[in-house]
Amino acid sequence: METFPDILPAEPTRVHVGFQVNGESVEVAFAPHKTLLEVLREDLALTGTKHGCELGECGTCAVLVDGRPVLSCLYLGLECAGRRVETVEGMAPAAGLHPLQKAFADLGAAQCGYCTPGILLTAKALLDANASPTLDEIKEALAGNLCRCTGYIKIFEAVELAAAWTRGEDAEPRKETLYGTDYDESGLLPVVNR
Amino acid sequence: MMRLPKFRYYSPRTIADAVAIRSDAGPEGAYVAGGTDLYPNMKRRQQTPKVVVGLSRISELSRIGEQNGRLVLGAGLLLSNVENDPRVRAEYPGLAHAVSEISTPPLRNMGTIGGNLLLDTRCNYYDQNYEWRKAIDFCMKTDRQQICWVAPGSPKCLAVQSADTVPVLIAMGARAVLSSGREEREVAVEDLYRNDGIDYLRKRPEELLTEVVLPAANGWRASYRKLRRRGAFDFPVLSVGAAVWREDGKVTSARLVLGGVASAPVRLSAAEAVLAGRPLDKESIEAAAAAAAGPSRPMDNTDFSFLWRKEMTAKFVRSALADLV
Repeated sequence: METFPDILPAEPTRVHVGFQVNGESVEVAFAPHKTLLEVLREDLALTGTKHGCELGECGTCAVLVDGRPVLSCLYLGLECAGRRVETVEGMAPAAGLHPLQKAFADLGAAQCGYCTPGILLTAKALLDANASPTLDEIKEALAGNLCRCTGYIKIFEAVELAAAWTRGEDAEPRKETLYGTDYDESGLLPVVNR
Repeated sequence: MMRLPKFRYYSPRTIADAVAIRSDAGPEGAYVAGGTDLYPNMKRRQQTPKVVVGLSRISELSRIGEQNGRLVLGAGLLLSNVENDPRVRAEYPGLAHAVSEISTPPLRNMGTIGGNLLLDTRCNYYDQNYEWRKAIDFCMKTDRQQICWVAPGSPKCLAVQSADTVPVLIAMGARAVLSSGREEREVAVEDLYRNDGIDYLRKRPEELLTEVVLPAANGWRASYRKLRRRGAFDFPVLSVGAAVWREDGKVTSARLVLGGVASAPVRLSAAEAVLAGRPLDKESIEAAAAAAAGPSRPMDNTDFSFLWRKEMTAKFVRSALADLV
């Protein structure tokens, strides 16, 4: 069924657009100038996708359209007609977490968490295309996702860890990442000065 | 929340329909491909077209193919597709590198090669939200005031050419195909630009950029160097595209183009002439770099001090040429 007319009727107040969100078919009516970010948050109540700068500079609104990360703040809802959209709400399987979500939680790779949905999805697209990314490839893939509080090291390490888990490896978080370089080997006492 | 102003959106399937709708809309119309340049400008109310003609569903614009040894890139190809195309990477590494330096991966999944060529000029006094611009009473580029805040005595707008692919495309002698629906014309990419921050394109508003044509990839090499604050994500505030043709170890011809220092790309004819007939070595590169600094006249309307950007010109020309040794 054609859900997207070539030429819109005169002065439409709303358009009906059909697309897939997280594997489910949806048909939504919204004003034609609304961005995908606005449609997701306001018309579909999927508020996992965050709005940040709204000008394409911060990356927190990243979602996957047909498997590729795009910034939903600069992507018209209309342009999604017939396409496949994935948001952070669709990442976890029915039970448990996506390996990236688990790795981010285990490593503390989310502090305030505002950039996390966009980073998780961008990293997911990377791992879907490349099971063994190098650190440089991870940095490049996430170059459009700003984090202002956690810091990038834990984020990069969480992606590396999730990649290892996805490959079926029995990897563990690095102790230095969890406890810093001054940790006590016995694990019983915090060591302040060496 | 910063929302888009209202507009009517058309999504034609053919070039002819797109041009027809855009022509009918007149000055109220705009084309949009990826939207990564237009939509932020619309959100900041720098531009408020009433009719927006979306190009993403015109499949003709996303073709890539060879034509008499030349590689033809559809203007609607996503930047990420150009960057990762095996032919572009193998035969036009300078262009592949320039594309990889544009914004960030998610934006390269949206923005197109044609959109990058036609990128709006940029300025610290223009790329601000409505309230900011209103507070200083706007500038001539938003047409509310006949003043340029960069140089209040300037009769013309000084917004800066900021597209990464343009210097290297001009250096390699790439051409652009423009369609006005019924007919097409092919022009050198170099001839697309005018040194005026407002009227920066030498094409009619309804003319649609349909193809970017790369010359046959033999006998020459091209490179691109870009100055910006953050390596991950910034517009160029000085950039150099270089291409050098060589025979028997000597330069037969060279083209050097600066971006980010004027409203149009700047050809460095004097520096190009210095290289002709000489081998590309440390000495000739030094001489060319020295000749490049003069024509670089950046204004104080981007990131970094304009004096420092000027000072960096010779260094960046040197690096761009060293990439080709």
